[in-house]
Amino acid sequence: MKTASQSTRPRVPAFLIGGSLIVLLWQLLVTVSGIPHFLLPAPFAILKTLFSQIQLLGLHTAITAFEIVSGLVIGCLLGVVSAVVLSTSRRLRRWLLPVMVISQSLPVFALAPLLTLWFGYGLGSKVVMAVLIIYFPVVAATFDGLRHTSAAMLDLAATMNASPTTILLQIRLPAALPSMASGIRVATSVAPIGAVVGEWVGSSQGLGYLMLQANGRMQTDLMFAALLCLCLLAYLLYSLVNRLLDRCLYWLPDSSNSTITQTEAH
Amino acid sequence: MTNAAGITLDEVSLALGEHCVFQKLSVHLEGGQWHSVLGRSGIGKSSLLRIIAGLQQPDSGRVYSQTGEALRARIAYMAQDDGLLPWLTARQNVQLGPRLRAEKAQESDAQVDELLDKVGLSPWADALPAVLSGGMRQRVALARTLLEKRDIVLMDEPFSRLDAITRDELQGLSFELLQGRTVLLVTHDPMEALRLSHVLHVLEPGSPSSIQSMPLETQPQRAIDHAEIATLLPAVWQFMKDGRRTPVPA
Repeated sequence: MKTASQSTRPRVPAFLIGGSLIVLLWQLLVTVSGIPHFLLPAPFAILKTLFSQIQLLGLHTAITAFEIVSGLVIGCLLGVVSAVVLSTSRRLRRWLLPVMVISQSLPVFALAPLLTLWFGYGLGSKVVMAVLIIYFPVVAATFDGLRHTSAAMLDLAATMNASPTTILLQIRLPAALPSMASGIRVATSVAPIGAVVGEWVGSSQGLGYLMLQANGRMQTDLMFAALLCLCLLAYLLYSLVNRLLDRCLYWLPDSSNSTITQTEAH
Repeated sequence: MTNAAGITLDEVSLALGEHCVFQKLSVHLEGGQWHSVLGRSGIGKSSLLRIIAGLQQPDSGRVYSQTGEALRARIAYMAQDDGLLPWLTARQNVQLGPRLRAEKAQESDAQVDELLDKVGLSPWADALPAVLSGGMRQRVALARTLLEKRDIVLMDEPFSRLDAITRDELQGLSFELLQGRTVLLVTHDPMEALRLSHVLHVLEPGSPSSIQSMPLETQPQRAIDHAEIATLLPAVWQFMKDGRRTPVPA
């Protein structure tokens, strides 16, 4: 049962407490053990580099962010269109679905040199890499959602003389939105991998490129600072996408705050 | 609504896999009356409704109205699952038909308000289905069916998920609002069928199923203790159970 003190006490986010503890332990470990700076820099040294190199890190973060967001938009659009095509044509499904599944067994690292060769050292190859990694989760989830539209809704629409296009746009796609959203959430969390791998293989800008450069010059603190920027970028992007999707799915009840979940959390 | 079309099923046959559901099933449903199709679960009641609605093609035979017009355009469908779109409000769900046909919504706005008022949901017009109770959701489905202005209404166990009191209220409301239309109600509840129908059609167990029609003498909306219900109920029950006895009293 909730007490008055429990409900009014301001809560410190759990991850902040956990994160602070890890940072303190890390700082302690580096100070006490005397691990060389180039092997494991202290957290405060990383923070110092983060602020001193903020302009450089900001520039490369913006480039990586652009690659990820472009890949996300293009990948999601392509994924949704592909899922719609797959759901409407059995023949195409028979041909394309196995190809899509098999293509996922190819590691994106293996394709990176080829894509750099084909699309150059600029933003293009990184965006394509992000698209490739985003595409399949979106297709699979959206296709699944489109396949499982409630029969009652479809029957109703048929008796109301709705055209197949109207049924697709006004019933099947909105009904598939929860599945599609799951796919987009997964895609958002893996999108940075595509962009950064692309930057590692061949580029002159972006956080992946900066990490490689810093690694080559033994600037481990800068490498960690770039990694921190990438983590923050990924978290920010996921939070934004998650919030946007929650808004689109306004009709779905959120059971995460139910009594059972609360009880489990305690 | 006057001159509601009747429906004729002429030697309709249907097999689902190895199972023969209907073999040359013929029945006529008089226009402007409430008809109930009774039978045990899995006997083919919903298949019969889906064939009439044009949602399922029979293997042979035909379904037509006396007017000769396409049945599809005259039919409104109300299923057990209310089929409300969860992303639309109650009002938008009532307007689903015009929305799907890209008809101008303004024309039906006043009618929607009137219908929501009739089914007692005016205060809930802008609520999403998730916050409505089962009874309220079926009321929205009823208003949506009424807005379609079709003279044939097919109802597939629309009250089966409701509690006894709500079911009774909705049955009365539906009967009142659908008067003059040809209504085909599929149900497995003999009491519901006996209270609401002009004609009862009982599907006999067996493969294939056969149908026994019996017109009732008194006007529908009968009370639970109505004499005609008391007379027919045991026979209907027996006929649904094993089909050996004819339910029509001598």
